[in-house]
Amino acid sequence: MRPGGETVDPARRRRIRLVAALGAAVLLAGALAYSSFTASSPAKSPSQLLHADGARSYQLTGTVLAGSVRRAGGTLGFRVRDRTGTRSVPVSYTGVVPEAFREGREVIVTVRRQRAGFVGEPDSLITKCPSKFTTRKPS
Amino acid sequence: MTSLGSALLALALVIEAYGIGASVYGVRARRPEWIESGRRAVYALAAVLTLAFAILVAAFVRSDFSLAVVAEHSSTTTPAFYRAAAAWSAQEGSLLLWVWLLSVWSSLALLQTRGRMRDVAAYAQAVLLGFAGFFTVLLLFLADPFERLHPVPQQGVGLSPLLRHPSMMFHPPMLYSGYTLFAIPFAFAIGALIARRVDAQWIRSTRRFALAAWFFLGIGILLGARWSYAELGWGGYWAWDPVENASLMPWLTGTAFLHSIMIQEKRGMLKVWNISLALAMGTLAVLGTFLVRSGILDSIHAFGASTLGLPFVTLIAVMIAASVGLVVSRRDLLRSEHRLTSLLSREAAFLGNNLVLVGLAFVVFWGTFFPLISEAVTGSKAAVGPPWFDRYVTPLALVLVLLSGIGPALAWGGFSRARLASTFAAPLVAGLLVLLGLASVGGIARKPLALAMFCAAAFTLTAISQELWRGTLARRALTGEATPVALAALVGRNRRRYGGYTVHVGIAVLLVGVAASTAFQHVRDARMRPGDTASVGGYDITYLRPTSALGAEKITLGAVLNVSKAGRHVATLIPSRGYYPSLDEAGFGRIGRFFNGDSTSELGLHASLARDIWTAAQPELSVVEPIIKDADRRFPDANAQLEGFVVSTVVRRYVQAAPVVDFRLIVSPLVAWIWIGGVIVVGGAMVALWPAPRRVRSRVTSTPSVTPGNPGSSAAS
Repeated sequence: MRPGGETVDPARRRRIRLVAALGAAVLLAGALAYSSFTASSPAKSPSQLLHADGARSYQLTGTVLAGSVRRAGGTLGFRVRDRTGTRSVPVSYTGVVPEAFREGREVIVTVRRQRAGFVGEPDSLITKCPSKFTTRKPS
Repeated sequence: MTSLGSALLALALVIEAYGIGASVYGVRARRPEWIESGRRAVYALAAVLTLAFAILVAAFVRSDFSLAVVAEHSSTTTPAFYRAAAAWSAQEGSLLLWVWLLSVWSSLALLQTRGRMRDVAAYAQAVLLGFAGFFTVLLLFLADPFERLHPVPQQGVGLSPLLRHPSMMFHPPMLYSGYTLFAIPFAFAIGALIARRVDAQWIRSTRRFALAAWFFLGIGILLGARWSYAELGWGGYWAWDPVENASLMPWLTGTAFLHSIMIQEKRGMLKVWNISLALAMGTLAVLGTFLVRSGILDSIHAFGASTLGLPFVTLIAVMIAASVGLVVSRRDLLRSEHRLTSLLSREAAFLGNNLVLVGLAFVVFWGTFFPLISEAVTGSKAAVGPPWFDRYVTPLALVLVLLSGIGPALAWGGFSRARLASTFAAPLVAGLLVLLGLASVGGIARKPLALAMFCAAAFTLTAISQELWRGTLARRALTGEATPVALAALVGRNRRRYGGYTVHVGIAVLLVGVAASTAFQHVRDARMRPGDTASVGGYDITYLRPTSALGAEKITLGAVLNVSKAGRHVATLIPSRGYYPSLDEAGFGRIGRFFNGDSTSELGLHASLARDIWTAAQPELSVVEPIIKDADRRFPDANAQLEGFVVSTVVRRYVQAAPVVDFRLIVSPLVAWIWIGGVIVVGGAMVALWPAPRRVRSRVTSTPSVTPGNPGSSAAS
């Protein structure tokens, strides 16, 4: 009963509740979707990053170029090249790298452009380990 | 023996085809003997696959390199303990493990339901055999575990050093047990829909399997987290990696299901929701397997191009289409018998928890698949990182912890406002006390979400303790038993309920550990020489001297660290790195290969209830590189003895030179409570899983249940 004395149709009330709940769900899903597009870093290969701008971060994927790994102080410098191709970009990374990191391995690292090269975000380096789940033949 | 393995797989396919045909024909033609025969086909399949799996494991243990999969994933130098586990490090072996576990769990489920729900079970066994058939086809045609090698190599590649951890023995079988057990509620849900028997009976018959799936998957996730913390050398236990997320999605959905089915059992509500959750759980479990196998998303787990993507996508599409089609076509049967009458009722709290859990699963799903979503929308792949997940998951986890305290205190059907104060006064006071107590402690108030989690956990722990205490008092008054006896009897007679409450306690404790270790962790990456000291989280960590050890399998280079606080010795830690030789002699040289293979981190860990001091070391090898290069040039054909001599000389020079070492030093509070909370969850789940004494179960309401032929009667209630 409302104060005024008229009754609210239960079916109507349920419909209103349903619409309100669905509306809230849609709003939340919208926020989720919007934030994921604004907060994400696009995945790029080295050749796609040659003309990247410095404003945003990218997920750089590729292979660590053979002979390119250098240590200077606590910073690691290496070049990441296209999985298929020869183009590569220089990356400097500070911090501990994953166990499987070495030349020739596939890596994914979140980077930002800084002057001529790219700087990796701490703890963003992931190494793809080729020894698991592949059908590598014994040598 | 191995050709027997291939023959067994072929036989398995024949059994599966027969069993599906017999089950479907039996139920369609009303010939129970054919249904029975279909059921026996499942038992036969379990026997055949047990033998096939045993043959594969035996080949690994015996180092039978005539099998390609053994040569590629094991070696005679792989420790015996890990040789058996190496069977599931291979794609072929893990698929065989999957289908073997599926056949065993299916047999158990069908054994439990024999003589009941014959029509539902007939369709369910056909669905389960269909899953088994899918995996058997993969094993026979795309990933043959019994493929032979000619000529037979003398030595194998060996198990990847990263997988040499005791968890390797248990983590994959636990995860796969969880995934395959989720197939059982899925199959029975499909059976119930086809047979139009959507009352609570299919739920009662499979509830224990859903709980077992949740239990094993939970243990698998926990072991994975512990493994990551102890082995991967980055100091975390959860990275929102796609493969981790893949296991979390069915687990969250399963948690929702285990709660919402109680509403259907007690109140006859939420039928569409429950059956949809069961179907979603099964589909997400297959999706999880697919994510690991396909390498479709970048992950630390899934690697190499796999040929299994398309078959899995097809299977998942079929599962989704069948699920949606059946639920829509049976929607009239799935009407609720009751409506939600009060927001202050246990069913309302369960509904809230279901929305939060499904919301969580959706957040994880969206974030995990975002690279594919963004590629579809914008044309380029993009990924969201851990901060994005944390932003949504943290508040939802807070609500969940609160609800896990509120739900048990509310009654089915409704709750008088008068009882509100007496029920929630103590939990609210506990939450407030924690708020007041911790807000004044330096720094904690700066992390409001962590503080909120501590308060929510205090609320929930008090609410559940109060429930337990009140139940014990009531029983004591009724029976005159002593308090401990009354408590034990209370729990023993309501295992499902009190097992569940124990799980709530465990989750609250676990999330306190997660909140504290995330918000108040101190991390420092330090580059030190012997004698140097780095401070982290109030501790002084001094690098004393390098260590070394030469083993048959690996070279270990480590560092002795002295941990002290305000001048007082706390612990001596020896983090190290183990170098396994590479097989690539041409690329790295005769001696260089010993230092350029895979390497693993052995932590120096000082764990206590208050905090963990976690250290990892990454030695700098550049100081010995000239010696290695020189040796490679001078001894290109060194024999084993000379190799051993040169390697030990290199290691000795490393220790003498004592070069800089990169350390990661972490001081993390309350990490131990994550594992303690996990153990409490496992204990609670075991209490709930334990068979309850048989007794007549009654519905809370006396309203007659809806009969399949008369769906209209529910509309009025």
